[in-house]
Amino acid sequence: MSEAETPVLLQVASIETLYHDRIYALSGVSLEVREREIFAVLGPNGAGKTTLLKSIAGLLKDQPKKGTIALGGKRLERRRPEEVARAGVVFVPEDRGLFRELTVAENLELGLWGRRDRESREDVERVLAMFPVLKERLEQQAEKLSGGQQQMLAIGRALLRRPRLLMLDEPSLGLTPELAKLVFGALEEICRAGTTILLVEQNARLALKVARRAAILETGRIVLQGTPQELAENEDVRDVYLGVGSGDASTVKEWRLYRKRRRW
Amino acid sequence: MGNFLQYALTGLSAGSLYALVALGLVLIHRSARVLNFAHADVATLGTFAAFAVVSRGQSLWVALPLALATGATVATLFYFGAVVPAVRKGANPLGLVILTIGLALIIQGFTVWGWGAEPDRFPFPLSDSKVWQVGPVFVSELAVGTFVAAGVAGLLLYLLTQRTRLGLAMRATSENLPAAQTLGIPTRAVLAFSWGTAAALAVVAGVFLAPALLLDPFFMLDPMFKGLAAAVLGGLNSLPGAVLGSLVLGVAESLFGGYVALEFKSSLAFVLIVAVLLVRPEGLLGKEFQERV
Repeated sequence: MSEAETPVLLQVASIETLYHDRIYALSGVSLEVREREIFAVLGPNGAGKTTLLKSIAGLLKDQPKKGTIALGGKRLERRRPEEVARAGVVFVPEDRGLFRELTVAENLELGLWGRRDRESREDVERVLAMFPVLKERLEQQAEKLSGGQQQMLAIGRALLRRPRLLMLDEPSLGLTPELAKLVFGALEEICRAGTTILLVEQNARLALKVARRAAILETGRIVLQGTPQELAENEDVRDVYLGVGSGDASTVKEWRLYRKRRRW
Repeated sequence: MGNFLQYALTGLSAGSLYALVALGLVLIHRSARVLNFAHADVATLGTFAAFAVVSRGQSLWVALPLALATGATVATLFYFGAVVPAVRKGANPLGLVILTIGLALIIQGFTVWGWGAEPDRFPFPLSDSKVWQVGPVFVSELAVGTFVAAGVAGLLLYLLTQRTRLGLAMRATSENLPAAQTLGIPTRAVLAFSWGTAAALAVVAGVFLAPALLLDPFFMLDPMFKGLAAAVLGGLNSLPGAVLGSLVLGVAESLFGGYVALEFKSSLAFVLIVAVLLVRPEGLLGKEFQERV
């Protein structure tokens, strides 16, 4: 590997999350996210991607039954979401998690909760410089923003917490391809500035373009893990997730066939 | 004309008391999705605390803060002791409502045990019978005091929610709890503060209503239901709506009692609710009802 390995920031080990005590959503998921990398988790609907992020964030009513989650050595499993947040993890959910009735400025202000340092104002300026459209709409209600602007606000607000780990659930969801590219460009920039990013994404092409490493999650298990190059070499990944292989996995029938013949 | 103004003025004074109750109900409903049926009883307990202090010869300026603290403490303890554990176990809103009814009954028992069910006169520095004439209408010292107290309390609540970071956190927490949690906002403390604030507002109403009536363990029930009606009228999730609904209800009630039939004065509240909800199901200033899935 050309790039030097950075230390592990987030360590998820054998996490088991059950819904209603009997339905396995995650059955023994382990992964390591290294500092200052973008790690992408791919997988179909219902694979448990969101559950994984929510298990880390502490947002599930059914907290993980087994396994450990550690951020820089500090154990976080089964903690309340506020504690996870204070440890330096910020989660941007699929619906962006904005306060829709509050203005853009108020949403950003809440991102500064708990910060009293002088640099907080500079951080706001930095976020507004990164997403200039927000600057023009500071007094607008968040619900009046377009989908792309909402995503920018959600990411910008998350950055104000100066997170050690930024987790995003489907950041490209509902965005036009151009906007999605813009958002992912911003994520690359954020990562270069030193923030570690863990993201869950259905748009595998886009995610593998920016990620340093990625994992594929299917029915609650990680079936494949590696660099984007390594994943792209796998025939099934090429077929099903990238749509460039020999087969055509775009139909439901093909997907069923894939599920039958997959090797994992 | 003079009569009309007089009725309207009396209505505004009553409406301002309803507003204090309604604001608290809305505050709690917005943040916890719960109708707090113990609201009246928490206020009653606070008022009795004030009564105990005042009847020992202390001034109202000592009694009032103590009463507010009593109400706020009970509400906060109830939040931490009953609501939080129930929510953690996955209680639904109806279960939480039953919990508040339980608290109401407990407090009722406690006030009856502590002070008896016999009505008492509440010694108060502002008099109900000392009246000024302003143009064609008469206003009592107590009515003016009530109106001013409600105005000050309402203004403080406005400043709190709209001008402070804590208030911002209150609005954020009530709108989207998980989002507030993931930003590291101490949501439990913020919610507990909302419960305490709501109780304090109701205690203000209790302390200013008691001298106009006689003090007994159930004297807040009527304003509680009126406040609830006003809150629904204004839109259960809107603080300005609660004030508007209360003033509309107070004035309408007073005019109806004066011109039509005193016996049905209280029934009017509910006729008014039905009428408004038929036209605007979300209430006067309420947002259209949306349940996040």
